[in-house]
Amino acid sequence: MATLQVELVAVERRIWSGEATMVIARTTEGELGVLPGHAPLLGELAPGGVVTIRVADGEDLVVAAHGGFLSVTEQGVSILAETAEISTEIDVERAREALRRAESASDDDEDALAAARRAQSRLRAAGQAA
Amino acid sequence: MAASLRQLRRRIRSTRSTKKIFSAQELIAGARIVRAQNRVEASKPYAREITKVLSALASSASLDHPLLTERDKPGRVAVLVITSDRGFAGSYNVNVLRRTEELLALLRSEGKDPVLYVVGRKGETYYRFRDRPMVDTWTGFSEQPGYSDAQAVGSTLIDAFTAGEDDDAGNADGVDGVDELHIVYTEFRSLLSQVPVAKRMAPLEVEEVEEFEHEREDATAGSRSTDVPTSYEFEPSAEALLDALLPKYISTRIYAAMLESAASESASRRRAMKSASDNAEELAKNLSRQANAARQAGITQEISEIVGGADALVSSGSDI
Repeated sequence: MATLQVELVAVERRIWSGEATMVIARTTEGELGVLPGHAPLLGELAPGGVVTIRVADGEDLVVAAHGGFLSVTEQGVSILAETAEISTEIDVERAREALRRAESASDDDEDALAAARRAQSRLRAAGQAA
Repeated sequence: MAASLRQLRRRIRSTRSTKKIFSAQELIAGARIVRAQNRVEASKPYAREITKVLSALASSASLDHPLLTERDKPGRVAVLVITSDRGFAGSYNVNVLRRTEELLALLRSEGKDPVLYVVGRKGETYYRFRDRPMVDTWTGFSEQPGYSDAQAVGSTLIDAFTAGEDDDAGNADGVDGVDELHIVYTEFRSLLSQVPVAKRMAPLEVEEVEEFEHEREDATAGSRSTDVPTSYEFEPSAEALLDALLPKYISTRIYAAMLESAASESASRRRAMKSASDNAEELAKNLSRQANAARQAGITQEISEIVGGADALVSSGSDI
């Protein structure tokens, strides 16, 4: 079965790389699934987005990616994010706390809004209701 | 003589204890170099990918983005200087600041008006002492910069750059912007050589990715190395993507510069501390030679005094 070579890189380090059968992401235009043989594509991930990587020989890898891009080429898929966290590494309690803090801040505060989005995507990736 | 011997011993003790501090600093700096180099390595995959994406975009989108176009009459230009927070790093900061002065002189001779943005406490103190205005400063992370630090710097600079767009046309938004972004940082060539460099970040030219592509070809050699340029689909449009991507690219460049500087800082510090502890060792050795000589001179003098006294007694005919 054909597989995709997936690279998940954040600015500070490479988070994950390996073979996958499918990548599901949400760009600013909408939800998107990438299978092997997909046409080359560049997309901007939606803020607070979650990326699911269906690993070739294992479970789904759910990642909270912030400020990211998706690049599909013939060689594979690259997901570039400013920060990215794999669901198993996410501290749910801390994310909830961050969300609460961000929501209690004033509505028009851009930083708080961004923080809230990040917290929401972390929670979604961890499989919790946001 | 005895007093001077005591003084010598005191100096030896204090020299030895400062030497301990120097060699501890040397060890810490040595460990930090390794860590900083690892961080430089860890940041490379992202830099590689974002450069690839940008060059793909650049071949598809029309390149009239403000971050890519030269302005007609550059007036104010921003210079970002990356220095360290702590001293004890030999000529590290001096070199960066000297390179900055050269750049400033060059920019002025081109009729531009450079304004300073400074990272690191040492640079901040340098310019404050000389009463030179700085637009913004950031301190506290020079040895271990995080991406969020680079982002803070990057967004300030990009805001200033964007605000500079309308300055020629009567400065509609009332904000003093800048027309160019320059950066001065220290490039880490090797453990022995760190060179201060000045680069222009904006308007930017996307750096060529050839070396990366070679790597990629090596990696996939034989299997599916196709040199045909891929035509991408874009989601959203190529222009919108470029809009979102370019500020991130600049932040990435600043982050890379900070990492290089951090590695250079530690390398300079280790070298400076190594020679300081060598010098301290040398000094302690000389001092203990002097102390030994002084001690021996004291003993010799005492003996000759006793002998002289005994002789005097004998010659005066009294019993000893």
